[in-house]
Amino acid sequence: MNAFRHTLLGRLLADPLAVFALAIVTLLVVSAIFADVIAPHDPTAMNLVDRFATPSTTYWMGTDNLGRDTFSRLLQGGRIALYVALTAVTISGLIGLILGMLAGFGPRWLDNALLFFFDTLRAYPTIILALALAALMPRGLGTVIIVVVITSFAEYGRVVRTQTLSLKNSEFILAERAMGASFARIVFHHILPNVLGPFFILAAMNLPVVITIEAGMSFLGIGVPPGTPSWGATLKDGFDYIRTTPWILLSGGLPLILATVGFTFLGEALRDQLDPRLRKTR
Amino acid sequence: MTPLLSLRDVVVEFPAVGGLKALLTPPEKRRVRALDGVSLEVTAGETLAIVGESGSGKTTLARAINGLVPLAGGQVTFDGTPLHESPDWHAIRRRVAMMFQDPVGSLSPRKTVRDLVLEPFAIHGLPLKDRQAKAVQLLEDAGLGPDFLNRYPHQLSGGQARRVGVARALALTPTLVLADEPTAGLDVSVQGEILNLMNRIKADHGLTTLIITHNLNILRHIADRIAVMYLGRIVEVGPVERLLTAPAHPYTRALMAANPEPDPTARRERIVLKGETPALNARPPGCEFHPRCPVARPDCATRIPRLEPATTGGQVACHYPLTQEPAPA
Amino acid sequence: MTAALQIDDLTVHYATREGALQALRDVSITVPEGKIVGVVGESGCGKSTLINALLQLLPENATLPAGRITLEGEDVTHASTRRLRQMRGQEMSVIFQDPMTSLNPVLSIGRQMRDIQYRQPGNRTEKDRRSANMLGRVGIPDPVGKLSAYPHELSGGMRQRVAIAMAALMRPRVLIADEPTTALDATLEVQIIELLKEIQREIGCAILFISHHLGVIAELCDRVVVMYAGVAVEEGPVEDVFLRPGHPYTIKLIECDPGRLKVRVADLPSIPGSLPDLTDPPAGCIFQDRCERATEICATPPPRAPQRPGHWAACHHSGPEGS
Repeated sequence: MNAFRHTLLGRLLADPLAVFALAIVTLLVVSAIFADVIAPHDPTAMNLVDRFATPSTTYWMGTDNLGRDTFSRLLQGGRIALYVALTAVTISGLIGLILGMLAGFGPRWLDNALLFFFDTLRAYPTIILALALAALMPRGLGTVIIVVVITSFAEYGRVVRTQTLSLKNSEFILAERAMGASFARIVFHHILPNVLGPFFILAAMNLPVVITIEAGMSFLGIGVPPGTPSWGATLKDGFDYIRTTPWILLSGGLPLILATVGFTFLGEALRDQLDPRLRKTR
Repeated sequence: MTPLLSLRDVVVEFPAVGGLKALLTPPEKRRVRALDGVSLEVTAGETLAIVGESGSGKTTLARAINGLVPLAGGQVTFDGTPLHESPDWHAIRRRVAMMFQDPVGSLSPRKTVRDLVLEPFAIHGLPLKDRQAKAVQLLEDAGLGPDFLNRYPHQLSGGQARRVGVARALALTPTLVLADEPTAGLDVSVQGEILNLMNRIKADHGLTTLIITHNLNILRHIADRIAVMYLGRIVEVGPVERLLTAPAHPYTRALMAANPEPDPTARRERIVLKGETPALNARPPGCEFHPRCPVARPDCATRIPRLEPATTGGQVACHYPLTQEPAPA
Repeated sequence: MTAALQIDDLTVHYATREGALQALRDVSITVPEGKIVGVVGESGCGKSTLINALLQLLPENATLPAGRITLEGEDVTHASTRRLRQMRGQEMSVIFQDPMTSLNPVLSIGRQMRDIQYRQPGNRTEKDRRSANMLGRVGIPDPVGKLSAYPHELSGGMRQRVAIAMAALMRPRVLIADEPTTALDATLEVQIIELLKEIQREIGCAILFISHHLGVIAELCDRVVVMYAGVAVEEGPVEDVFLRPGHPYTIKLIECDPGRLKVRVADLPSIPGSLPDLTDPPAGCIFQDRCERATEICATPPPRAPQRPGHWAACHHSGPEGS
């Protein structure tokens, strides 16, 4: 497995698009981890004298209506965005992986029931569900994560189910059975490694979606608690004062664009490198 | 002498229609019989080849022996163990090795050749003192050098992948080997090597082999006896030379004659069979071959022939077997 | 006299990360009017590249550094896209290994057969009658009824018959058959071979028959071209090539066919070694690494050594015993 990852990384570094994507993702992750060190100001400190300051050497991206440094807030917001995205994608991915494999391996009725369940969930509009849940639950990151998990695990479930079904009837699985391999061995040694490829690609491409959901919910005021430095909250502030101080909106959108581009390209590069058919044509 | 493997009236059924549609279908049409009363005996040390065209049930037969498809009827006995009474498959499969059609596709794609050939030891929890040495030795027996150990299946040619399959099938020195189309996907220039390898290993270990194939050219060189299948039934069994030179069943004769030979001077007027193999759910009454048979008589459409001893040796399921004597040597 | 299909020094390269993969090198094949020419070779010999080049349907990463293909004297390699579309199907029909690739799964057989006659005169009824006639000709029972059938409702053998009927309906000058019997059972294979012979006699087209099966080639073809690793190594009348092969590869290939051996042998022949790396093929003879006769001279390009009239082998040491 180690050798495999090694070659995968090697192949990714040979692809210019992947290098670009990896650079952006690394930048986001590093700036989120070291947000406290990098940030020139306290992201929550209000400085009413410097309200609506234009970008300058002191305030690189200006300040907001309460005089808080936008750049420092965005760095902190990156922490929240990545925390929500990684947690939500991990949880929904795990649920989807387990249910998808159950559907793929289980009896026909279970497969049909789970498919119906997946489709019902996927049909539900995210924002409506978010509004409904926000009305029932306390405002906070937990609610955001739950909303994302509920709306996205069905997608993983479907992908994993399709993969499992096609692998289950493949000749190498039959060969394993004919050698006397146990069910657990077939699942963990032979099905899982082959399902994980498309699964990770989907996860990488879903990260920016989750980040925008968090931003969107914070924008609507049902995400993070007021005052928390989140990308969505910054956008909301920028939106309120768009006529007078457009740079808040512009700089608030910048990390969102970077995250979307970075993770999407990374997902695409991963897909190209993991799918042998796509690899050959290049 | 008791045979190593014996099959008696084996029946395997597959669902023909599924889901809600099945409720609207009469019960007898919901399932088709892929194997319809197959009886066969394999003696220890011999090689029996099962030949037949697609849909004849030859692959299903191998899978039924190994428990990969359930039996709907009949008995299978392997070395005294009844396989139709839910045996300990884990233990049985240690002694019955199987090779699948697709040389590359039957290898787990994310495992190295080393892991693949050692897989049987891992499955059966057999500790190895020196994994590396064992893997090298298994590969060497199959004619591959140690430089293949770290390769993945997609980096192998068909012939190399087939060798890995052979090495793996023989890792635990099985008693019986079921080989499904061992030459499928191989070029003629490679298939000789693989068959030589199988013949050599068979002789070295005294293996009993059941080879399933539609490649008629190789029969003479690998098999002791042949069983010919048509529509899930055995129509003729007998010694290989007899079936090739003096077949008793009209289908066997047509099948053997259908094989184009690499000799332009041997172009001959052959019996070209009418029509195609019927579908399993449209099995003709009586002898299932009678609509295509060049020598069918009226009663062939009503009476089902049983497998009976043929005058020329072996057994044949035909009311009017061909009686030509083998050409005098 | 112009040949129905003439391929001159065709060279096809594929751009890959490892460099240019030389899939075909200086391949020349002549298909005379009304003759059946077989191309035989094992995997990796360039059969599929040859077909794609004939139809000018090569993938994007392919280049054609040299060579010319002419159909009845007309240059195919430099024909306009519009002219090519006319040629495909009309003058040059293809029968594929899997007929499902050439039949549209959502249209009935009758509709598809009517559609390909769009340039022919006649109304719908006449076209359907022609279709049904042709289906009957290729041995399909109940041809009129089958016009309303869909491809998936037919068996593999029947689908291949429909594909042949559609190809024959256009009365092409050249029929390209790409392993048309490989996916079929032995008893159907002989039926299709017989059918191709009949159709060829009837419409008088030339056939380029591509197969890895020596027996089928011997059965059907007038002339044969043996290919190995993108190079045509031998060409001649089918009897000459099979009975007196000149190239060591051909000799080995025929030896390897177990159908030739009438008594049981303990040691089946094979060709040791593997295909050369086509991104960096050896200088000179392409087969030298696996050849028992190879000497130093084989590192230079082999001549087309004449064997018998119309029969050559690209080898320095050709002939039954070598020279």
